[in-house]
Amino acid sequence: MSASITLGGRLRPAPGTILRGLLLAGLALLALLPVLNRLPPDAALYVSDFVVAVSGKWICYAILALAIDLAWGYAGILSLGHGAFFALGGYAIGMHLMRLIGPRGVYGHPVLPDFMVFLGYTELPWYWQGFQFFPFAFAMALIVPGVLAGVLGWLAFRSRITGVYLSIITQAMTYALMLAFFRNDMGFGGNNGFTDFKELLGMPLNTAGARAALFYAALASLGASLLLCRHITKSKLGRVLVAVRDAESRVRFLGYDTTAVKLSVFVLSAMLAGLAGALYVPLIGIINPGEFSPGNSIEAVVWVAVGGRGTLVGALLGAFSVNAIKTWLTSFAPDLWLFVLGGLFVAVTLLLPRGIVGLLQKGPGR
Amino acid sequence: MRDGRLYLDGVSVVFDGFRALNNLSLIVEPGELRAIIGPNGAGKTTMMDIITGKTRPTAGTVSFGDRDLTRLDEATIANLGIGRKFQKPTVFDALTVFENLELALKAPRDPWSCLRWRLSGTARRCIEAVLEEIGLAERADHRAAILSHGQRQWLEIGMLLMQDPKLLLVDEPVAGMTDQETEHTAALLRRIAGSRSVVVVEHDLEFVRALGEKVTVLCEGSVLSEGSIDHVQNDPRVVDVYLGR
Ligand SMILES: Nc1ncnc2c1ncn2[C@@H]1O[C@H](COP(=O)(O)OP(=O)(O)OP(=O)(O)O)[C@@H](O)[C@H]1O
Ligand SMILES: [Mg+2]
Repeated sequence: MSASITLGGRLRPAPGTILRGLLLAGLALLALLPVLNRLPPDAALYVSDFVVAVSGKWICYAILALAIDLAWGYAGILSLGHGAFFALGGYAIGMHLMRLIGPRGVYGHPVLPDFMVFLGYTELPWYWQGFQFFPFAFAMALIVPGVLAGVLGWLAFRSRITGVYLSIITQAMTYALMLAFFRNDMGFGGNNGFTDFKELLGMPLNTAGARAALFYAALASLGASLLLCRHITKSKLGRVLVAVRDAESRVRFLGYDTTAVKLSVFVLSAMLAGLAGALYVPLIGIINPGEFSPGNSIEAVVWVAVGGRGTLVGALLGAFSVNAIKTWLTSFAPDLWLFVLGGLFVAVTLLLPRGIVGLLQKGPGR
Repeated sequence: MRDGRLYLDGVSVVFDGFRALNNLSLIVEPGELRAIIGPNGAGKTTMMDIITGKTRPTAGTVSFGDRDLTRLDEATIANLGIGRKFQKPTVFDALTVFENLELALKAPRDPWSCLRWRLSGTARRCIEAVLEEIGLAERADHRAAILSHGQRQWLEIGMLLMQDPKLLLVDEPVAGMTDQETEHTAALLRRIAGSRSVVVVEHDLEFVRALGEKVTVLCEGSVLSEGSIDHVQNDPRVVDVYLGR
């Protein structure tokens, strides 16, 4: 199918060549950051630790944005609870990091993390077993969000709950999890969560080398997630998703089990969000129940809306640009952020329904 | 019971006390082309909703071959070989004409198979043949959003054909079409019938005459008259409620 424009309006202009270039240039630039960080501080191209740390965070957010875009932009499932999947992925790796602290904690207990000693635990709760092994913890970072999304999605999609009702359910889910994780007796460190991590995969965490390694792990994961999402959206499954988004009942009459279609993409999306969280926690060194707060999920949806839902580049663009604005703004007027975020969402919804990508492409696309 | 025979017996549907279908009985034999006419609100679309599993009957039997349709969901019924064109044409605007047909093409429909799907030469030829049949070959790579009303109707019929159904339910295919388009559509439906059963709901009597097959007149949810177009047009009850207006 060529992209040429013929009379009668072949409405797809050669799409995204500029965008694709922009994307590759952006990823290449990101890959350079840890290298430039090693330059002497007075070098012209020197990049500070702060910039590397912030960019690493944004890379994780970009994976979360991809996850949301796959579910919302393509399949029309507007989840306002993806922050919960992200946080669960983060907690799973956090548990591993806590177990690795071992006797180096303040109380010096050989097995129990400090908060458990403090709360009077005598032995490790059963659900903490296995987390001393990295592969297990990493698998859990994907499986737990996947299973939760599977159960929730199955209940909702089977009863044909869609649109705003589904959004409310997912928002309620993340809120409920936040309240649960705030409780000390859940065994996840209550409102302090987990922090003071020492090492990961034999690497002490507070070194420049470890930071660079985590950064590259996140960047590689972003690349892999992007390729995976692209593989899906370019396949016939991707076209089925778009069809479900635009006219689900029609797809059903074509003989597709739309529940299965939506469920599979929702579960995958939750697992991607879990992956993002798992990469995020070692990078920033802390996880607490605040990550479950409903606002986080909404903010992530705004990234996608701003960038342009229904295009993968849009999700990335949105995650990076909105977070850039946030970082810049919170450095001098943190109180303004929520207003700006709300304003952005309203402005994009009313003026730029296809986001930044739509602005760059000028013309209807998917 | 014979394969592919559509059988409705004593079907009633009640919406909040309103009887949209009232003890409706109808048999469509395999390969038959049947036209259904009736005034607005007669229950024609509701009848299709019943057959395709969108609405459950309050009472009565609905079967296709030996399968009881009242117990199956939409996707399962579609996969039995019952395809439907809606009164309001719904094609997927974001996809091209070709992609719309590709989605409808008979193939495994689970997510994994869709992910692994590669367009084979046979599948491509099959889609191209239907593109020719519905006169949209020139438009294959255009997004469905830009199609005219008539072209959307044809694309929907094309999507039905891709499913290789045993029974096609076609709701008002020529509404809003020009005379020429209407003729084209009648010819298309006649070609399709024979190898499969076709049930066409239509208001346009010229079109029904052009189909030249058995006609069922529905009124207030049940069959008022049945027979050739001349027979029903001369039936005084039909003249009374429908044609005479
Ligand atoms: N879901 C519903 N709830 C309540 N009433 C309904 C519902 N669906 C249909 N009806 C009513 O049932 C009656 C039959 O509707 P139906 O759409 O089957 O008529 P129709 O013969 O297709 O008419 P038209 O020629 O206008 O398409 C109408 O009075 C309609 O208002
Ligand atoms: Mg109707």
